[in-house]
Amino acid sequence: MVPLSWYLIVAAALFCIGLYGALSRRNAVAVLMGIELILNAININLIAFNRYITPEEVSGQVFSIFVLAVAAAEAAVGLALIIGIYRTRDSVNLEELDLLKG
Amino acid sequence: MTVDTLRLLLPEIILLLTGLVVIIIDLITMRRVNDTVLAGVSIAGMLLAALAAFSLRGIPPEPVTAMLAVDGFATFLMVAVLLGMSLVVLYSYDYMKQYGKNRGEYYAFLLAVALAIVLAVGANDLLMVWLAMEFLSITSYILVSYLRGNPRSSEGALKYFLYGAVASSVMLYGISLIYGATGSTSLNGIAQIVSGQGAIEGARALGFTAIVLLIVGFGFKTSLVPFHQWAPDTYEGAPTPITGFLSTASKAAGFALMIRTLIVALPSLSVDWLTVLAGISMITILFGNLVALRQSNIKRLLAYSSIAQAGYILMGLVCVPQVGFQILPFSDFQFNGINGVLIYLFGYIFTNLGAFAVVIAIENRTGKVEVKDYAGLIYRSPWLASLLLIFLLSLTGIPPTLGFWGKYFVFGAAIQIQFYPLALVGLIGAAIGAGYYLNIVRYMFLMPADDDEKIGVSRAISVALAVTGVAVILLGLLPSALITWATESAQFLASL
Repeated sequence: MVPLSWYLIVAAALFCIGLYGALSRRNAVAVLMGIELILNAININLIAFNRYITPEEVSGQVFSIFVLAVAAAEAAVGLALIIGIYRTRDSVNLEELDLLKG
Repeated sequence: MTVDTLRLLLPEIILLLTGLVVIIIDLITMRRVNDTVLAGVSIAGMLLAALAAFSLRGIPPEPVTAMLAVDGFATFLMVAVLLGMSLVVLYSYDYMKQYGKNRGEYYAFLLAVALAIVLAVGANDLLMVWLAMEFLSITSYILVSYLRGNPRSSEGALKYFLYGAVASSVMLYGISLIYGATGSTSLNGIAQIVSGQGAIEGARALGFTAIVLLIVGFGFKTSLVPFHQWAPDTYEGAPTPITGFLSTASKAAGFALMIRTLIVALPSLSVDWLTVLAGISMITILFGNLVALRQSNIKRLLAYSSIAQAGYILMGLVCVPQVGFQILPFSDFQFNGINGVLIYLFGYIFTNLGAFAVVIAIENRTGKVEVKDYAGLIYRSPWLASLLLIFLLSLTGIPPTLGFWGKYFVFGAAIQIQFYPLALVGLIGAAIGAGYYLNIVRYMFLMPADDDEKIGVSRAISVALAVTGVAVILLGLLPSALITWATESAQFLASL
């Protein structure tokens, strides 16, 4: 069987790539994609831990289903906000969102 | 699940039903219903839920389900937050009539955030901790962006959303690590495994990583430095009643989640999280106060001041009595830190919402939100000026206001455990804070007004002002009942 650490390494790599994307991209949609990568990393973690640490329970798998559902709700609200910005400003570049500062 | 369990869930049930009722009223009247009905039903629901929570305050600390605990700590915060939320509804009444559309949904969303906070203060499982936080966040994003077509409102909401989504995913990664290290998501279950003799060194290292990741999420919700960057922009862009909500009730929920998770689940790692939080507390107090000094927009000024206030609230958590790897029972101490947090939060909710009521009253009449627009306020509206003076004194922490008792108890906790550097930083911060709070007072009382027009106050705002003003002064003069209640409530947490 594939050892647990392999899953954790993939998840950690995915987490780092997602976090880097979320923090470095200037396009709001790209930031959202970075966040989705982080959530995927979390799901890999949860399911792998469930399989290797507590195989008799399903709590980790249930948790990951909640993560999927909430991620969808969050993405829906986020995209609505991005569309709202696009309608008033004709851009989703975060560097141009500078009405509020100080 | 019995009828008795349902009684314990009464606040949640009332809020959920009221929210549905508000949406249904709005829909069957084809959105032509009077705002008074919507706001009235919402306030009635919140007060009823607060009453239900108050009636549950003395029950023995028993988890209702695996996910939620109803204990003194939860019910204290429920009462404080629901009273605060009903004040937010009062503010929204005139403000949304003037600036907002689709007001039925707006009130339903306010009830939904109230429900989210009520779930958050009792969350007793990491899954529930995260779900309650996401519920609160997603509804808050929508409320911040509620002024459709206003670019400031949308920009504030998008910034809030992007910070929030990143912070909560980072926190969730930490939760998944804790689950991996302990095989459990229940706070009590984690505590048993982490404090057990079998706790391995590897789990400890993983625990430290997880704690840092968790603090990112909680720090975002409570706007602690360095996770505060969203706060000033979002506070300025959001509808002002929502700014009031974000800076008080939402913050209280964040603190409740942080305190319960850290104290109940990870007491044996307290050395690790206390060190991190002590540093964050100091930086937050200094940074918030220093940056607030040079703000000219009153909403931004209150935003930075609320960042600094979060630092003081955190002081209480940092100063819980502990020795080695154990948190000592709270009943042995007069200042146990957590009762300081509760008293501070209670006072802060009323004081800050009072200050926002004055800001909203002036914004509704004149549309102005700069500090210089407050020049000569005493001649234009003596009542507003004197009430704002009381709220600013309370935020500074000067007796006989409610704000003083909060500061007294968190500083008392710091001195009791002899953490003098933190107390010193707190004092320096309070002195700087007095500078910019009293600067507003200087404008209001000593500068000539450039406009002689009197500022009238609508009935809803007058009620809110009266409630907050009386609460801040009266509880400031007679705090003993509140202090006893908060101290008893804090002890529930440690006895679990």
